[in-house]
Amino acid sequence: MASRLVGRAGGTVAQVLLVLVALFWLVPTFGLFVESLRSTEDNNAGGWWKVFSHPSQITTSAYGSLLDKPDFVDSFWNTVLITVPATVLVVAIASLAAYAFAWLEFPGRDWLFLIVVALLVVPVQVALLPVAKLYGNIDVGGFKMYGSITGVVLFHVAFGLPFAIFLLRNFFAAIPRDLLEAARMDGGSEWTIFRRVIFPLGGPAIASLGIFQFLWVWNDLLVALVFANTGAQPMTKWLQSQMRQFTGNIDILAPGAFLSLLVPLVVFFAFQRYFVQGVLAGSVK
Amino acid sequence: MKPSNEGVPPAATAGGAAAVTGPAAPRRGARERLTPPSWLALLFLLPALLLLGFLVVYPIVYSVIRSFFDASGGSFVGFDNYTGVFQGHDDLVAVRNTVVWVVVAPTLVTIIGLFFAVLTERIRWATAFKLVVFMPMAISFLASGVIFRLVYQQDPDQGVANAALVAIHDTFKSGTTYPGAGPRTGGDQLVHEQGGAVVGSGPVSAGQTALLPLVKVKPEYLPKDAKPAAQPPAAKAGQVTGTVWFDFTKGGGGELNKPNAGESGLPGVKVEAVRGGKVVATATTGKDGTFTLKKVSGAVTVRLPKSNFTASYGGAEWLGSTLITPAIIGSYLWVWSGFAMVLIAAGLAAIPRDALEAARVDGATEWQVFRRVTIPLLAPVLMVVLVTLVINVLKVFDLVFIIGGGDPDANVLALEMWTKSFGGGNDPGAGSAIAVLLFLLVLPAMLFNIRRLRQERK
Repeated sequence: MASRLVGRAGGTVAQVLLVLVALFWLVPTFGLFVESLRSTEDNNAGGWWKVFSHPSQITTSAYGSLLDKPDFVDSFWNTVLITVPATVLVVAIASLAAYAFAWLEFPGRDWLFLIVVALLVVPVQVALLPVAKLYGNIDVGGFKMYGSITGVVLFHVAFGLPFAIFLLRNFFAAIPRDLLEAARMDGGSEWTIFRRVIFPLGGPAIASLGIFQFLWVWNDLLVALVFANTGAQPMTKWLQSQMRQFTGNIDILAPGAFLSLLVPLVVFFAFQRYFVQGVLAGSVK
Repeated sequence: MKPSNEGVPPAATAGGAAAVTGPAAPRRGARERLTPPSWLALLFLLPALLLLGFLVVYPIVYSVIRSFFDASGGSFVGFDNYTGVFQGHDDLVAVRNTVVWVVVAPTLVTIIGLFFAVLTERIRWATAFKLVVFMPMAISFLASGVIFRLVYQQDPDQGVANAALVAIHDTFKSGTTYPGAGPRTGGDQLVHEQGGAVVGSGPVSAGQTALLPLVKVKPEYLPKDAKPAAQPPAAKAGQVTGTVWFDFTKGGGGELNKPNAGESGLPGVKVEAVRGGKVVATATTGKDGTFTLKKVSGAVTVRLPKSNFTASYGGAEWLGSTLITPAIIGSYLWVWSGFAMVLIAAGLAAIPRDALEAARVDGATEWQVFRRVTIPLLAPVLMVVLVTLVINVLKVFDLVFIIGGGDPDANVLALEMWTKSFGGGNDPGAGSAIAVLLFLLVLPAMLFNIRRLRQERK
C-alpha cells in the first residue's frame, strides 16, 4: 500500500514523527487539565508545565469552588435536560420517518426524501432569526417558548432530523425484505413491525445516531446563545458568559471547560466505534 | 477504531448515502395484499414533517424575504442588505477572513488527514494514534477555544506555544542578552554608544587588548554562571583580546574602567572587530567576560552589536491582528484533522490491492503508485472530505467567537450574522442577508449530495 513509500528505514522516522504528532494533540488538553488543578496564583506565576518541578501545586480547590456555584450546577443540569430529550426525540421521530421512507409506499416518496437530503446542509444561521420570532409568538398560559429549554430542544431536534432520517433510512432499507413480509403475513400491524422488527434490527445505526446527536447537542453553543435565557442556559453558554476577562477567570474557565468536556470524552471512548461509523456514514452534514 | 470494517464499504465513506446502501425500494404492486395504505405512511412521517416544515423550511423562506427589508422590517430596501455585506472596513474583513477560511482550512485538514492516514497504515499502534487525533472531534468548540486561548497566551511563561517557540529560538541563538545595558555617560569613556551598539572609543591593533566596561546591567539578566571579571589574556600576534564586564562594585569602591575584584564579567556577549565598516572577526565572551578575536591584522574598532542589548525573544503575537485568523485556523486543524484521517484511512483500506500490485509489476516506483494509482482511486473520498469541510467552515462560529474574543480582525460571516442579529447589531435585515448568503454558498454542496444520491439509486 501507499505506506511502502515510507520504506523500512523510514519506518522508524514515521514512528517518531507520529509520536510527536500524538503529543502535539494531547498537550493542549493536558495543559487545560493541569491548569484546572492549580491555584490562580500559581497559574499567574507560571505556565502549567511548572507543575512537573512543583508537584505540590496540585489542588482540587478550583473544582470545589466551581461546584459551589449554583449557576454552574444549574447549567450542568440544563445541559442534561436539553441533551437527553433532544437525542431521544430525534431517534424516535427519525426512525418513524425513516421506516416510512424505506418500507411504506406513498405518492411522492422519492421526491420527499430528496428534500430531506437537500436539507442536510442547511446552515443553522438561516433559521435563527425566523425561529426566534416564531418562538416569541408562542405564549401558552404563561409558558413562553422563547428562552425555554423546550424551544432549544425542538430546534436541535429539527436540525438533527435530516441527517437522522437519511442515516436510518439507508440502514432500514438494507434489512432483508423477507423478514418484513413474514411479519406482515402473520398479520402484524405496521406499528408492531416497526417496534418488533425494524427498531431492534436498527440497533447499530440508532446507536451511531444517538451518540452523534448527543455530542452535537451537548457541545452546542450558538443555539443556546440565541434561544436559551439564563434560567435555561447550558454549560457552554454559562462558561461563555464567564469569558469576558479571560486570564482573570481562569480558575472558573479551566475546571468548567474540563468538566464540560468530560462527559463527551467518556461517551466518545465508550462508544467510539459507533461514533466513527456515524462520522463515516454522515459526512456532508 | 476500525472504521473500514463493520461492513462500511469505501465508497460508502464517500458519503452518507452509500454507507449502508440497501436494496432498491420495494417494488410497487409486487404483493398488493401486503402493502399498507399510504395514509399510514403520513402518520409515521407527520412529526418529522411538522418539525422540518416549521423550524427549517419556513425559516429559509422567511429569511430570504426578511433580507430585503430594513432593520425595523418596515420598508423594502431591495439588495441593500446584500451590498452592505461588502461595504465598510469591518464587513470586508469578515468577508476576507471567510474566504481565507474556506480556501485554507479544508485544504490543510485534507492534506494532514491524508498524511496521517498513509503514515498510520502499517504502524502497530495506529488505533491508539487515531483515537488521540480524533478525540478533539468529541469535545465542544467552546472547550477547544478555551484550550487554545491558553495555548496562545502571549507571555512565554503562560502560553505553551510561545514557550515552545522561545525554547527553540534560544537553542539556536544564545539567549544571553543584556537589555538596557550600555556605556557610562559622560566624556572620555573607553566605550560609547552608536546606533544601539556599543563601540570601543579608540582603534585597537592586533596584539593589543581592549577594555569594554558596561553599566546599567539589570541583575535579573546577569547569568548565574557569570564569574568575576578577569584581566584580558595576553594577545598573541594577529589577535585582539579584551574583557567585557559590569563596571560596578557592589557597596561602592573600585576604580572606574578597570575590572576590579568583585566586579562581574558579562558572559555570552557577541564581540565584533570592524574595519572600514566591515566585520573582520567575531568572538563571544567567556564566563569571566574575556574574549579573543583571532586573525586580526592592522587597526580595528571593537564593537558589541545591538543584538546584545535588545530584549530577548518573546515568541509570536498569536492573537495580534496579523496572526489571529491563522491561529484560529490552527485550532480548527487540531479539531478536524482526525475526521479527515478516519475517512481517508477507510478509503485507503478499501483500495483493491490488485491495482497497486499491477502498477508495481509494471515497474512503477512507490511514489508513482501513490500519485498515479492511490490518489485517483481516493479522489471520491477526498472530494467528500473537502465538501464536508467547506460546508463546516462556512458555519464556523464558536472557535472565532471564543478565541477571537470579539476582535474585528478575526471576524467571519457566520459570526457577523450573529452579531448583526443578536449580539448588539440590532439589524435583522442585515443578519438575514448574511444568513441567506451562507445558505447560497452551501447550495453547490446540496446539489452535490442530491446528484450522488441519484447516481446511487440507479
